[in-house]
Amino acid sequence: MTVRAPRIGVVTFPGSLDDRDALRAVATMGGEPVPLWHAERDLRGVDAVVLPGGFSYGDYLRCGAIARFAPVMEDVVAFAGRGEPVLGICNGFQILCESGLLPGALIRNRSLRFVCRNVWLRVETSLTCVTNDLTPGEAIQIPIKHGEGQWVATPEQLERVESESLVVFRYASRAGIVDDAHNPNGAMHNIAGIRNEAGNVVGLMPHPEHAVDPDVGPTGGQPLFASLLRAALVGTAT
Amino acid sequence: MTTFAFEVLVSLKEGLSDPQGKAVGSALSALGWTNVSGVRVGKHIALDVDAPDEVTATAQVQEMAQRLLSNPVIEDVRVLEVEAKP
Repeated sequence: MTVRAPRIGVVTFPGSLDDRDALRAVATMGGEPVPLWHAERDLRGVDAVVLPGGFSYGDYLRCGAIARFAPVMEDVVAFAGRGEPVLGICNGFQILCESGLLPGALIRNRSLRFVCRNVWLRVETSLTCVTNDLTPGEAIQIPIKHGEGQWVATPEQLERVESESLVVFRYASRAGIVDDAHNPNGAMHNIAGIRNEAGNVVGLMPHPEHAVDPDVGPTGGQPLFASLLRAALVGTAT
Repeated sequence: MTTFAFEVLVSLKEGLSDPQGKAVGSALSALGWTNVSGVRVGKHIALDVDAPDEVTATAQVQEMAQRLLSNPVIEDVRVLEVEAKP
Protein backbone atom coordinates (compact mmCIF):
# COMPACT_ATOMS: atom_id res chain seq x y z
CA MET A 1 0.00 0.00 0.00
CA THR A 2 1.17 3.51 -0.70
CA VAL A 3 1.25 6.03 2.11
CA ARG A 4 -0.28 9.32 1.08
CA ALA A 5 1.29 12.61 2.12
CA PRO A 6 -0.55 14.17 5.06
CA ARG A 7 -2.51 17.29 4.12
CA ILE A 8 -1.50 20.14 6.40
CA GLY A 9 -3.67 23.27 6.28
CA VAL A 10 -2.18 26.68 7.00
CA VAL A 11 -4.66 29.45 7.75
CA THR A 12 -4.02 32.88 6.29
CA PHE A 13 -5.57 35.74 8.24
CA PRO A 14 -5.33 39.37 7.13
CA GLY A 15 -1.90 40.28 8.49
CA SER A 16 -0.46 36.75 8.63
CA LEU A 17 3.23 36.83 7.71
CA ASP A 18 4.55 33.33 8.11
CA ASP A 19 1.88 31.40 6.25
CA ARG A 20 4.14 31.05 3.19
CA ASP A 21 7.05 29.76 5.27
CA ALA A 22 4.75 27.33 7.09
CA LEU A 23 3.42 25.99 3.78
CA ARG A 24 6.97 25.68 2.50
CA ALA A 25 8.10 23.89 5.67
CA VAL A 26 5.27 21.37 5.27
CA ALA A 27 6.34 20.68 1.68
CA THR A 28 10.03 20.49 2.66
CA MET A 29 9.20 17.87 5.27
CA GLY A 30 7.16 15.77 2.85
CA GLY A 31 3.61 16.90 3.56
CA GLU A 32 1.02 18.35 1.22
CA PRO A 33 0.59 22.05 2.04
CA VAL A 34 -3.01 23.26 1.86
CA PRO A 35 -3.68 27.01 2.06
CA LEU A 36 -6.75 27.89 4.13
CA TRP A 37 -8.49 31.27 4.23
CA HIS A 38 -9.73 32.95 7.41
CA ALA A 39 -13.09 33.92 5.92
CA GLU A 40 -13.98 30.48 4.60
CA ARG A 41 -15.65 27.90 6.76
CA ASP A 42 -13.88 25.09 4.97
CA LEU A 43 -10.88 23.13 6.20
CA ARG A 44 -10.65 21.37 2.81
CA GLY A 45 -10.29 17.94 4.36
CA VAL A 46 -6.91 18.57 5.94
CA ASP A 47 -5.32 16.21 8.47
CA ALA A 48 -3.83 18.98 10.62
CA VAL A 49 -4.08 22.76 10.92
CA VAL A 50 -1.32 25.30 11.45
CA LEU A 51 -2.14 28.83 12.64
CA PRO A 52 0.90 30.80 11.46
CA GLY A 53 2.74 33.79 12.83
CA GLY A 54 2.21 37.39 11.91
CA PHE A 55 -0.01 40.24 13.00
CA SER A 56 -3.55 39.09 12.28
CA TYR A 57 -5.93 42.05 12.03
CA GLY A 58 -3.00 44.32 12.84
CA ASP A 59 -2.82 42.90 16.36
CA TYR A 60 -5.49 45.52 17.15
CA LEU A 61 -7.08 45.34 20.60
CA ARG A 62 -4.94 42.35 21.69
CA CYS A 63 -2.83 39.91 19.67
CA GLY A 64 -5.17 37.25 18.33
CA ALA A 65 -8.30 38.79 19.88
CA ILE A 66 -10.05 39.48 16.59
CA ALA A 67 -8.69 36.49 14.68
CA ARG A 68 -10.23 34.09 17.18
CA PHE A 69 -13.67 35.17 15.93
CA ALA A 70 -12.76 34.64 12.25
CA PRO A 71 -15.21 32.28 10.49
CA VAL A 72 -12.58 29.55 10.01
CA MET A 73 -11.88 29.44 13.75
CA GLU A 74 -15.24 27.85 14.50
CA ASP A 75 -14.14 24.90 12.38
CA VAL A 76 -10.64 24.88 13.84
CA VAL A 77 -12.08 24.70 17.37
CA ALA A 78 -14.35 21.80 16.37
CA PHE A 79 -11.43 20.11 14.56
CA ALA A 80 -9.30 20.41 17.71
CA GLY A 81 -12.21 19.07 19.75
CA ARG A 82 -12.19 15.90 17.65
CA GLY A 83 -8.56 15.31 18.67
CA GLU A 84 -7.06 16.40 15.35
CA PRO A 85 -3.64 18.13 15.44
CA VAL A 86 -3.58 21.91 15.66
CA LEU A 87 -0.32 23.87 15.90
CA GLY A 88 -0.25 27.59 16.66
CA ILE A 89 2.99 29.44 16.04
CA CYS A 90 3.64 32.90 17.51
CA ASN A 91 0.52 34.85 16.52
CA GLY A 92 -1.14 31.45 16.09
CA PHE A 93 -0.27 30.66 19.71
CA GLN A 94 -1.81 33.97 20.74
CA ILE A 95 -4.96 33.08 18.79
CA LEU A 96 -5.18 29.66 20.49
CA CYS A 97 -4.91 31.31 23.92
CA GLU A 98 -7.50 33.93 23.03
CA SER A 99 -9.88 31.26 21.77
CA GLY A 100 -9.56 29.32 25.01
CA LEU A 101 -8.01 26.22 23.39
CA LEU A 102 -4.88 26.81 25.46
CA PRO A 103 -4.53 28.42 28.89
CA GLY A 104 -2.85 31.76 29.57
CA ALA A 105 -2.19 34.79 27.41
CA LEU A 106 0.72 36.55 25.72
CA ILE A 107 1.62 40.09 26.72
CA ARG A 108 4.34 42.61 25.83
CA ASN A 109 7.91 41.39 26.32
CA ARG A 110 9.43 42.28 29.66
CA SER A 111 12.12 44.29 27.82
CA LEU A 112 9.53 46.19 25.75
CA ARG A 113 11.74 45.30 22.80
CA PHE A 114 10.96 43.19 19.78
CA VAL A 115 13.25 40.16 20.10
CA CYS A 116 14.57 38.44 16.98
CA ARG A 117 17.18 35.74 17.45
CA ASN A 118 17.82 32.02 17.65
CA VAL A 119 17.02 30.50 21.04
CA TRP A 120 17.39 27.09 22.64
CA LEU A 121 14.33 25.29 23.91
CA ARG A 122 14.23 22.42 26.34
CA VAL A 123 11.68 19.81 25.37
CA GLU A 124 9.45 19.03 28.35
CA THR A 125 7.23 16.28 26.96
CA SER A 126 7.02 14.00 23.97
CA LEU A 127 3.25 13.52 24.41
CA THR A 128 2.15 16.04 21.80
CA CYS A 129 1.48 16.20 18.08
CA VAL A 130 4.76 18.07 17.52
CA THR A 131 7.15 16.40 19.97
CA ASN A 132 6.67 12.71 19.23
CA ASP A 133 10.12 12.70 17.67
CA LEU A 134 11.79 14.41 20.63
CA THR A 135 12.99 13.30 24.04
CA PRO A 136 12.17 15.26 27.20
CA GLY A 137 15.27 17.12 28.37
CA GLU A 138 16.82 17.55 24.94
CA ALA A 139 17.46 21.05 23.63
CA ILE A 140 16.59 22.27 20.14
CA GLN A 141 17.41 25.55 18.44
CA ILE A 142 14.66 27.60 16.81
CA PRO A 143 14.35 31.34 16.13
CA ILE A 144 11.99 33.69 17.93
CA LYS A 145 10.74 37.02 16.59
CA HIS A 146 8.09 38.72 18.64
CA GLY A 147 7.24 41.81 20.64
CA GLU A 148 4.45 40.24 22.65
CA GLY A 149 5.63 36.80 23.63
CA GLN A 150 5.59 36.94 27.41
CA TRP A 151 3.35 34.04 28.38
CA VAL A 152 1.40 34.75 31.56
CA ALA A 153 -1.47 33.01 33.32
CA THR A 154 -3.62 33.24 36.39
CA PRO A 155 -2.13 31.52 39.46
CA GLU A 156 -4.70 28.71 39.05
CA GLN A 157 -3.83 28.23 35.37
CA LEU A 158 -0.10 28.23 36.09
CA GLU A 159 -0.59 25.64 38.81
CA ARG A 160 -2.61 23.44 36.46
CA VAL A 161 -0.18 23.85 33.55
CA GLU A 162 2.69 22.67 35.74
CA SER A 163 0.90 19.93 37.68
CA GLU A 164 -0.63 18.41 34.53
CA SER A 165 2.63 18.71 32.58
CA LEU A 166 1.13 20.93 29.90
CA VAL A 167 4.43 22.73 29.30
CA VAL A 168 5.95 21.59 25.98
CA PHE A 169 8.97 23.88 25.65
CA ARG A 170 10.93 26.16 27.99
CA TYR A 171 13.53 28.75 27.02
CA ALA A 172 16.87 27.34 28.09
CA SER A 173 20.60 27.33 27.50
CA ARG A 174 22.17 25.11 24.87
CA ALA A 175 22.80 22.60 27.66
CA GLY A 176 19.13 22.66 28.57
CA ILE A 177 19.47 24.76 31.71
CA VAL A 178 16.34 26.79 32.36
CA ASP A 179 17.10 30.11 34.06
CA ASP A 180 16.22 33.77 33.87
CA ALA A 181 19.33 34.60 31.84
CA HIS A 182 17.86 32.52 28.99
CA ASN A 183 14.35 33.94 29.24
CA PRO A 184 14.02 36.28 26.25
CA ASN A 185 10.67 37.83 27.11
CA GLY A 186 9.90 37.34 30.80
CA ALA A 187 7.52 34.40 30.30
CA MET A 188 6.37 32.75 33.53
CA HIS A 189 8.52 29.69 34.31
CA ASN A 190 10.37 30.29 30.98
CA ILE A 191 7.40 28.83 29.16
CA ALA A 192 7.80 28.98 25.37
CA GLY A 193 5.07 26.52 24.39
CA ILE A 194 2.17 24.63 25.91
CA ARG A 195 -0.32 21.93 24.98
CA ASN A 196 -3.88 21.05 25.82
CA GLU A 197 -4.71 18.03 28.00
CA ALA A 198 -4.96 15.66 25.03
CA GLY A 199 -1.75 16.93 23.45
CA ASN A 200 -3.32 17.47 20.03
CA VAL A 201 -3.26 21.26 20.37
CA VAL A 202 0.12 22.94 20.82
CA GLY A 203 1.07 26.61 20.78
CA LEU A 204 4.55 28.08 20.90
CA MET A 205 6.16 31.47 20.37
CA PRO A 206 9.31 30.24 18.54
CA HIS A 207 9.10 29.60 14.80
CA PRO A 208 9.78 25.98 13.77
CA GLU A 209 8.73 26.85 10.19
CA HIS A 210 11.82 29.08 9.93
CA ALA A 211 14.06 26.23 11.10
CA VAL A 212 13.73 23.39 8.61
CA ASP A 213 16.20 24.41 5.90
CA PRO A 214 19.91 23.95 6.80
CA ASP A 215 20.84 26.51 4.13
CA VAL A 216 19.31 29.38 6.07
CA GLY A 217 19.78 28.59 9.75
CA PRO A 218 19.16 26.08 12.51
CA THR A 219 17.06 23.00 11.81
CA GLY A 220 15.37 22.59 15.19
CA GLY A 221 11.99 22.87 13.51
CA GLN A 222 12.39 19.66 11.52
CA PRO A 223 11.42 17.21 14.29
CA LEU A 224 8.32 19.30 15.09
CA PHE A 225 7.07 19.11 11.51
CA ALA A 226 8.07 15.44 11.21
CA SER A 227 5.98 14.71 14.33
CA LEU A 228 3.10 16.84 13.07
CA LEU A 229 3.04 15.05 9.73
CA ARG A 230 2.92 11.67 11.41
CA ALA A 231 0.30 12.76 13.96
CA ALA A 232 -1.73 14.10 11.04
CA LEU A 233 -1.91 10.71 9.40
CA VAL A 234 -2.66 8.89 12.66
CA GLY A 235 -5.37 11.42 13.39
CA THR A 236 -4.71 11.48 17.08
CA ALA A 237 -2.09 13.17 19.14
CA THR A 238 -0.34 10.55 21.16
CA MET B 1 -33.97 54.08 19.61
CA THR B 2 -31.59 56.21 21.56
CA THR B 3 -27.84 56.43 21.17
CA PHE B 4 -25.93 55.85 24.39
CA ALA B 5 -22.26 56.71 24.71
CA PHE B 6 -20.04 54.40 26.73
CA GLU B 7 -16.44 54.34 27.78
CA VAL B 8 -14.77 51.01 28.38
CA LEU B 9 -11.57 51.06 30.42
CA VAL B 10 -9.26 48.06 30.16
CA SER B 11 -6.22 47.65 32.38
CA LEU B 12 -3.71 44.90 33.06
CA LYS B 13 -4.52 43.01 36.23
CA GLU B 14 -2.77 44.05 39.40
CA GLY B 15 0.19 41.77 39.99
CA LEU B 16 0.93 41.31 36.29
CA SER B 17 4.02 43.16 35.20
CA ASP B 18 3.18 46.14 33.01
CA PRO B 19 6.27 46.85 30.90
CA GLN B 20 4.66 49.88 29.27
CA GLY B 21 3.75 51.34 32.64
CA LYS B 22 7.27 50.73 33.85
CA ALA B 23 8.79 52.49 30.82
CA VAL B 24 6.46 55.47 31.23
CA GLY B 25 7.33 55.57 34.94
CA SER B 26 11.05 55.68 34.14
CA ALA B 27 10.49 58.47 31.64
CA LEU B 28 8.49 60.50 34.17
CA SER B 29 11.22 60.00 36.71
CA ALA B 30 13.84 61.12 34.17
CA LEU B 31 11.82 64.30 33.64
CA GLY B 32 12.00 65.07 37.36
CA TRP B 33 8.71 63.61 38.59
CA THR B 34 10.41 61.32 41.04
CA ASN B 35 7.30 61.21 43.25
CA VAL B 36 5.34 58.94 40.88
CA SER B 37 5.30 55.49 42.44
CA GLY B 38 2.83 53.66 40.20
CA VAL B 39 2.10 53.89 36.48
CA ARG B 40 -0.23 51.50 34.68
CA VAL B 41 -1.02 51.85 30.98
CA GLY B 42 -4.40 50.64 29.78
CA LYS B 43 -6.89 51.08 26.97
CA HIS B 44 -9.81 53.41 26.57
CA ILE B 45 -12.53 52.33 24.14
CA ALA B 46 -15.38 54.71 23.30
CA LEU B 47 -18.61 53.20 21.99
CA ASP B 48 -21.87 54.69 20.68
CA VAL B 49 -24.63 52.12 21.05
CA ASP B 50 -28.15 52.33 19.65
CA ALA B 51 -30.64 50.65 21.95
CA PRO B 52 -34.26 51.04 23.06
CA ASP B 53 -33.22 51.89 26.60
CA GLU B 54 -30.28 52.33 28.91
CA VAL B 55 -30.56 48.95 30.64
CA THR B 56 -30.40 47.08 27.32
CA ALA B 57 -27.48 49.15 26.09
CA THR B 58 -25.53 48.63 29.31
CA ALA B 59 -26.11 44.89 29.28
CA GLN B 60 -24.88 44.69 25.69
CA VAL B 61 -21.74 46.69 26.39
CA GLN B 62 -21.01 44.54 29.44
CA GLU B 63 -21.16 41.47 27.21
CA MET B 64 -18.93 43.12 24.59
CA ALA B 65 -16.45 43.99 27.33
CA GLN B 66 -16.29 40.40 28.52
CA ARG B 67 -16.30 38.61 25.15
CA LEU B 68 -14.05 40.78 23.02
CA LEU B 69 -12.86 44.04 24.52
CA SER B 70 -10.96 42.45 27.41
CA ASN B 71 -9.25 39.18 28.19
CA PRO B 72 -10.18 38.06 31.73
CA VAL B 73 -6.90 36.14 32.07
CA ILE B 74 -4.82 39.31 32.02
CA GLU B 75 -7.14 42.29 32.18
CA ASP B 76 -9.69 44.06 34.35
CA VAL B 77 -12.45 45.94 32.59
CA ARG B 78 -14.78 48.74 33.66
CA VAL B 79 -17.76 50.03 31.73
CA LEU B 80 -18.73 53.66 32.22
CA GLU B 81 -21.86 55.11 30.68
CA VAL B 82 -21.23 58.66 29.66
CA GLU B 83 -24.52 60.01 28.35
CA ALA B 84 -27.53 59.46 26.17
CA LYS B 85 -27.00 61.36 22.95
CA PRO B 86 -29.87 63.46 21.60
